[in-house]
Amino acid sequence: MAVIENPDHASGSDAPTRSWYENIAPGWWVLAVIMLFMPAVANDFILFQVFGWTFILGMIALSLMFLAGYGGMVSLIQMSVAAMAGYMVAIFGFSGISDLSLGMPWWVYLPLAILIATIFGTLVGALAVRTEGIYTIMITLAIASAFFYFTRQNYGIFNGYTGFNLVVPPQLFGVDWRAPMPFYYLTLGCATLAYLAVVYVSRAPFGLVLQGIRDNPRRMAALGYNVVAHRIAAYTFASIIAAVGGILLVWQNAQVAPGTAGIPAVIDILVIAVIGGIGRPIGAFIGAIIYVVLSTFAPDFLFSVGLSAERFNLLIGLGFLAIVFFSPDGVLGLWDRWQERRAKRGDPLTGRSDDGGNPL
Amino acid sequence: MARFASRHPVWTFIIVLAAAVFLWLIFAPWSAEMEETLGRKRIFLNAIFGGVTLGALYFLVASGFTLIFGLMRNVNLAHGSLYLLGGYLGFEISEFTGSWLIAFPAVFIIVALVGIVLQHQVFRRMDGEDLRQTMVTIGLSVVLADLMLWYWGGQSYTIFAPDWLSGPMTLPIISSIRDSGEIVYLRYPAVRMAILLAAIVIGIGMWLLLNRTRLGMFVRAGVDDREMLAASGVRIQYIFLAVFAFGAGLAGIAGIVGGTFQSLSPGEDTRFLLASLVVVIVWGRGSIPGAAIGALVIGLSEQLGLVYAPTYSVVFTFLIMALVLAFRPQGLLGSAR
Repeated sequence: MAVIENPDHASGSDAPTRSWYENIAPGWWVLAVIMLFMPAVANDFILFQVFGWTFILGMIALSLMFLAGYGGMVSLIQMSVAAMAGYMVAIFGFSGISDLSLGMPWWVYLPLAILIATIFGTLVGALAVRTEGIYTIMITLAIASAFFYFTRQNYGIFNGYTGFNLVVPPQLFGVDWRAPMPFYYLTLGCATLAYLAVVYVSRAPFGLVLQGIRDNPRRMAALGYNVVAHRIAAYTFASIIAAVGGILLVWQNAQVAPGTAGIPAVIDILVIAVIGGIGRPIGAFIGAIIYVVLSTFAPDFLFSVGLSAERFNLLIGLGFLAIVFFSPDGVLGLWDRWQERRAKRGDPLTGRSDDGGNPL
Repeated sequence: MARFASRHPVWTFIIVLAAAVFLWLIFAPWSAEMEETLGRKRIFLNAIFGGVTLGALYFLVASGFTLIFGLMRNVNLAHGSLYLLGGYLGFEISEFTGSWLIAFPAVFIIVALVGIVLQHQVFRRMDGEDLRQTMVTIGLSVVLADLMLWYWGGQSYTIFAPDWLSGPMTLPIISSIRDSGEIVYLRYPAVRMAILLAAIVIGIGMWLLLNRTRLGMFVRAGVDDREMLAASGVRIQYIFLAVFAFGAGLAGIAGIVGGTFQSLSPGEDTRFLLASLVVVIVWGRGSIPGAAIGALVIGLSEQLGLVYAPTYSVVFTFLIMALVLAFRPQGLLGSAR
């Protein structure tokens, strides 16, 4: 990381002398403090259902954002990778279906689940990178639905239509990790790590090459980079994040079934990433919290305007359409443009525009 | 075809041999040993005919999809929703008028109009932005699916065929030979045979339209290189509108067909969208013969899989797709561009 000059950090003349924590915008510190002390004010429902779910969906959407934003590959397979990891946890670990679960200790089944899900994601990626652009969407959508139908029909391994229930996290260090507060910190920690990993990789040589490939694959190939290998490696990295998200998702729901990675769930991940803004990692989490808040509180809202609670999909679909139509870079894009307009307006006396500053 | 035969003599031989064995399996009466290893012939024949009919239905949906994709580079992921919409509208119209046949032109026109609105209001506004168009169609399919669920509910509908098409008909294919020497011929629902015939007629009609008319010439040229076509003075936007409307209308009447010999329920839209996706991925875009063969292969593999390997019937389709992608990413009939 030290070799790569970061424009944000190097802009000031005193950049080399500043220590790393001074480079972090104050907004981040505020956010970190709020997040850390959230359990003091929020109730269990908010912690477990709203924030836990937000961080999990955010991580899975983050893996899509990494592929789409930095790699230019819109992959709809991420939810299936997540569900695959969840299934593996249920199969190698413990679940209510004791005939099929192998009951291995947690330090075996967790790495194994992530490994298998990553291999799955990498294989799909290896198929998908053979084509480009919209074909990637079509192929990953087709494979994702194949995964859905396969898990629904396979009773020998995946237990078919019902899937696995009672999949809970192990009782480590005497903590019940499914209790609201521990689960909140668990998901918060995982999401933060995933976010930092994506930010780090995007600035590391690998991420820079990937962005170069996104912008001009032929030129990168001419410069001697192996385009296909970098793209497949991007799928591998994204799969790891999605797999961790998938394991947390299964622990939160305490069950995994074919519907976990059904077509609507697969599309929801795309919706989340696009609503938040596909260009930056934080967009995935912004999209996730919008989605979760909508899906949690929309029934009440819909009921108050005289519609049934089932019209949630209509609401989210229309929101998605509006975002794609008017702001292809999501809510973050709206924010950026608002900042830009404010900066452009400038000082009414001198007409000089002042710098808009560095938003979140 | 002659060129293919002279270039790949071994492949031609294998294909011809496979076709011959296949035809023999269909027409010849099966001996007792064969029935023992392969199961009853009636089951096999039913699976084959079911597969071909299903393939005909897939063809109706996929041919519009592949034409739209090939010509305009629009991946219309709302194509499945158009299918389902057509089916529901067909149900309403045939219930209202009491005529199954009237539903076809009516639905074709209505869904084609929906397609025109889509093309004109959505796709033309973001011409050249493939990804955004695709996402818009995803959003549209979510919205349309929910609107249809709202209006028609979650139960499944079946459109009833008219009396003259109900009941089975006897085909000149031997199903089995009784011990007394009496020959039992295959009986198959008449409405499915009618659907199959109609799909073949539509397919041939489309082929003729594409290969023998001026409009078809423009469309084929547009699939190959639409910039050159536009540069040579063809009003390409009208052709886009026409093809989009035609593809959408075809998906609409496919909805009636699907509602007649299967049923209509939420979720069917994605099933048919997937079939179209696989057809396009496997056989290359913009090719009507490719869509026909592809739909046939998917229909057959689904039905045969259902009979002989029920657990994995869906997976066969996707295995074929993965294999083709691994070795020929541009599709079996697609060009390398």
